[in-house]
Amino acid sequence: MLIRLQPAAQDLSRQELPLYASRVRAGFPSPADDFIDRPLDLNEFLIKKPAATFFAWAEGDSLRDIGISQGDLLIIDRSAPHVHGAIVVAALDGELTCKILDTRRKQLLSANDEYPPINVDGREDMVIEGVVTHSIKRHLRQV
Amino acid sequence: MIALVDCNSCYASCEQVFRPDLRGKPVIVLSNNDGCIIARSQQAKQLGVPDLQPFFKIEAQLKRHKVHVFSANFRLYGDISNQVMATLRDFSPQVEQYSIDEMFLDFSGMPQDLNDYGMLIKDTLWRHVRMPVGVGIAPTKTLAKLANHAAKKIKDSGVAVLDTPEKWKWLQKRLPITKIWGIGKRLGQRLNALGIHNAYQLAQADARFIRKQSSVNVERTICELNGEPCIALDEQPAPKKEIFVTRSFGQKTSSQEELLRHISRYAAAAAEKLRSQNSLCSSLYLFAFTSEFKPGFYNNSLVMRLPWPSSDSTLIIRYARQGMAQIYRPGALFAKCGIGLLDIRDRQFYQPDLFTPGQDKHTDELMGVIDGINQRFGRDALIFGAEGLTGKWTMRQQRLSPGYTCSWDAVPRIACG
Repeated sequence: MLIRLQPAAQDLSRQELPLYASRVRAGFPSPADDFIDRPLDLNEFLIKKPAATFFAWAEGDSLRDIGISQGDLLIIDRSAPHVHGAIVVAALDGELTCKILDTRRKQLLSANDEYPPINVDGREDMVIEGVVTHSIKRHLRQV
Repeated sequence: MIALVDCNSCYASCEQVFRPDLRGKPVIVLSNNDGCIIARSQQAKQLGVPDLQPFFKIEAQLKRHKVHVFSANFRLYGDISNQVMATLRDFSPQVEQYSIDEMFLDFSGMPQDLNDYGMLIKDTLWRHVRMPVGVGIAPTKTLAKLANHAAKKIKDSGVAVLDTPEKWKWLQKRLPITKIWGIGKRLGQRLNALGIHNAYQLAQADARFIRKQSSVNVERTICELNGEPCIALDEQPAPKKEIFVTRSFGQKTSSQEELLRHISRYAAAAAEKLRSQNSLCSSLYLFAFTSEFKPGFYNNSLVMRLPWPSSDSTLIIRYARQGMAQIYRPGALFAKCGIGLLDIRDRQFYQPDLFTPGQDKHTDELMGVIDGINQRFGRDALIFGAEGLTGKWTMRQQRLSPGYTCSWDAVPRIACG
């Protein structure tokens, strides 16, 4: 079986970067630099509740103006509160879609003029699946 | 008090986690090789889809009723089960994971209204993981199991608390003894012969008399049915004493080469399991057989002793191949083979002796690297040459759902449109 060694196969949970106790300074090295703290865990920073979190790829450009574009990785927490203004993943009639939650007008909004708001007041087929806590954008295509 | 939390139609529910469109629809999951139905969603049960039925027999019927059919995706189920169990650990300091979809939680000393607490557990699991569960709460593990049964079958809420003898007696009178935890079909028949048919009759029976007729375990069950805890929460699951990997072939074979490839693959999988629980094994049990339903049925097995206790895939594969080569018989059309790792011991208690070499450090390092790569890039990223490179031997999994939680390529794609 062939494996494709492509960036998508990188496993974030194993990314560990050493954190030095003091800042980098020119001149005399700090004796504290000998004591390396616990490695930084990107998971710990990005994921508050691992048991309620999943990942998804963003497809489409309806959230362009808030910086989410095609191919970004979304981190979605099902346990986070559904507050006004949160970016949520909603199931509309069984289809997953990513929108901005407007609890006041009971609408799902886009961040792109080409996509009108969706009224969800009284729509029983609308379920919020989770809240997008981070979106990860790759800036360097090839390493 | 003890709670038993049990996932409803676990595998079928796992298939619905990332597919909201399938919730409330009939969904079934097939065993390895797409042979049998092993899980049915509530709606599939209501349609009358039978459990453990060979799939091919009712395939047409299922299609007519628009039942959604999936090949078992055990890595996905494992990941979701881990999320369920991690969520449950927040609700009690003492827990015992009993199976992939069941966990006991110790509620002793918890002052809250236990029905409310059970509801909170159920709601949280739905909100955080999208897993529907039933919660049974009672003074003993055996009664918690009964309560769980009641939560699913009788009450709509999915939570049942048996906190007084009146409540559990009421339920026991309505339950045949085979629904009791630890009472199988055969033991059930023996007890039936003694005039014991429902759980209440067993609870009232003379424990010492029953013990003479059967075993000490039944005596414990009787105590537990009366609200006296006898079976403690086993917090640390014991490492497996035996590891078996066995499978029917997607396609029967009479070729020795192919048979050896199969066994190499199962041996590699078994060795990986062995290492993941940090154990060593010293014997291999190997077996193969042809189809029972065809003339000329042949089956054979043998045990190979390893030169030293090992978890080394290369060594285990080598011995497995030697053994399988002896079992092989020209002309026989093999349908299934398997390997069992026997005499498993915990690595930390193993004392090598002076005269046998034992497993060296380099082997451990090599196996560590292999397991690391396979964990990172997916199972089968790195395999042994003996496992073969043709696709013929892989399982039939025509209806496999994407590994939503297992690989970056397969995580869900969500429309921003």
